[in-house]
Amino acid sequence: MIATHLPVLQVVVPLIAAPTCILLRGKNWAFMLALLATWAAFAMSCMLLARVLDDGVISYELGGWAAPWGIEYRIDLVNAYVLVIVSGISSAVIAYTRQSMLLEFVREREYLFYSSYLLCLTGLLGVTITGDAFNLFVFLEISSLSSYVLISLGPDRRALTAAYQYLVMGTIGATFIVIGVGLLYHATGTLNMVDLGARLPAAGYDRVVVAAFAFLTIGAALKLALFPLHLWLPNAYTYAPSSVSAFLAATATKVAVYILLRFFFTVFGAEFSFETLPTAVPLMVLAIIAMFAASTVAIFQVNVKRLLAYSSVAQIGYMILGLSLVTVGGLTATILHLFNHALMKGALFLVMGCVYYRLKSVHIDGFAGLGRRMPWTMAAFVAGGLSLIGVPLTAGFISKWQLVLAALDSGLWWIALLVVLSSLLAVVYVWRVVEKAYFEPPPAGHDKVEEAPLSMLIPTWTLVCANIYFGIDAELTVGVAQRAAVELFGGVQ
Amino acid sequence: MGFVGLYNYWIVVFLMMAGFYIVIARGNLIKKLVGLNVFQASVFVLYISMGKVAGGTAPIIGDGITTYSNPLPHVLILTAIVVGVATTALGLALVVRINRAYGTIEEDDIHEQDEES
Repeated sequence: MIATHLPVLQVVVPLIAAPTCILLRGKNWAFMLALLATWAAFAMSCMLLARVLDDGVISYELGGWAAPWGIEYRIDLVNAYVLVIVSGISSAVIAYTRQSMLLEFVREREYLFYSSYLLCLTGLLGVTITGDAFNLFVFLEISSLSSYVLISLGPDRRALTAAYQYLVMGTIGATFIVIGVGLLYHATGTLNMVDLGARLPAAGYDRVVVAAFAFLTIGAALKLALFPLHLWLPNAYTYAPSSVSAFLAATATKVAVYILLRFFFTVFGAEFSFETLPTAVPLMVLAIIAMFAASTVAIFQVNVKRLLAYSSVAQIGYMILGLSLVTVGGLTATILHLFNHALMKGALFLVMGCVYYRLKSVHIDGFAGLGRRMPWTMAAFVAGGLSLIGVPLTAGFISKWQLVLAALDSGLWWIALLVVLSSLLAVVYVWRVVEKAYFEPPPAGHDKVEEAPLSMLIPTWTLVCANIYFGIDAELTVGVAQRAAVELFGGVQ
Repeated sequence: MGFVGLYNYWIVVFLMMAGFYIVIARGNLIKKLVGLNVFQASVFVLYISMGKVAGGTAPIIGDGITTYSNPLPHVLILTAIVVGVATTALGLALVVRINRAYGTIEEDDIHEQDEES
């Protein structure tokens, strides 16, 4: 019984838990409920992934209305994998929020935070799981609206302007997606994504479909912060509460990349997206510019959170670069990096939260001597940083290795070279922080700074250990990513 | 379908561009939100026009009526209107908070204050 309804429960559990948090209000109840709902969502997505690995695609008809008329939840390897990323990261982050919120938020209104957090999770899971193009937009707006709220809760007043800026750009992006979906409906008369994929070739790729493609691509690119549409991201991640930065950096942009993949491959088909239209070259150019420009900007940041935000823009460049190769290898690297980048950025932003908890600032000068004061926190930063650079035995290495292999397979040796060169920029910005923390004496009056509390360190180190584990034993992640990439290319079986 | 046949779609494009322009060009945060609303309204018109079948009536079964308009886009856009209202409400709430924190809702002034601090 529960097993058959697992796909819908995945979304409904956090959705119901969100308003219940407001009703409970009590000091600990709201937190316990949010924790339980998030962990339940994680367990469910793991079960779904296991089932998809064994039995293939799961199709669930909402309310018993058959697809393509009703809304269908369709879970194949790609979205089962993204579901695990989203719910996994949110499970680690929710355990961490309680303590970190102590400083950044009013205790009495804490339940509102958990409620928005659960709504954001609902939206992200919904976007990923649904097989209906319009339903995707609705879930996207649920997640976006709640993420604007989450960002605006930051301790600095600039969080408000950052949230406003994100609201304007995010709404434009989402509206572009609606326009694209509307035009597709105009051309085919269906909203089911698989059905769209089947009907588009018959409907003919006329100007309406090309316009739909353009709107959807730009809309998704805004949401995933592809250079030069990334302008909302650095401020939003810098001024949001640390746990929110970790959550959003690790999940929201990943889901947007998933939307792009879904539309390119399942709806429009690889042939139309990349052969009929010249999509690959502009994407590749923008991805490479993102890798270098954003990494270079990151080097000159004095706010370490902002440094990490710019590094996110660069890392999104790697994902899009893999996609723009239009080979199974390139796509494998993209899907793999979704997972690995979520792990490393999640861990690094959680470290920022630990530092902020003790220092009330994440300015780079404050990091002086922290290696001795907060040994576990800074060790987590070093491990996460190594993964970001792509040092062997970390998750980051695996995805960069796959990307380089894919580039060499396509005969583009210079792309492989550029990937390695841009990693050197990552060495520079990670080293700046490490150097401060380990090779400079702590300033006077810093004697009181001690290690972050255990309830924050455990989630951080969980992500760090996952980083190392998936860097050594990549069989599971690479295997799933590869099968998912083949599935996307072969259409849906 | 000449110029007149596509009348609705011309309106859509005009509203879309006008709204988009306001969002980009205006520095006042409220005006930006108004622009965003106009931008979204254009999409509502796009969907509603799409569902209209020439000569069709509302999709209610009745005697002697054979042509109906397509209700689906209309229903879809109801959802989008709700989303639009929620976005505007949240946007305005943020502007109120910004006004309290900065004492202004002009983008340039806010930027200036951020530069100083």
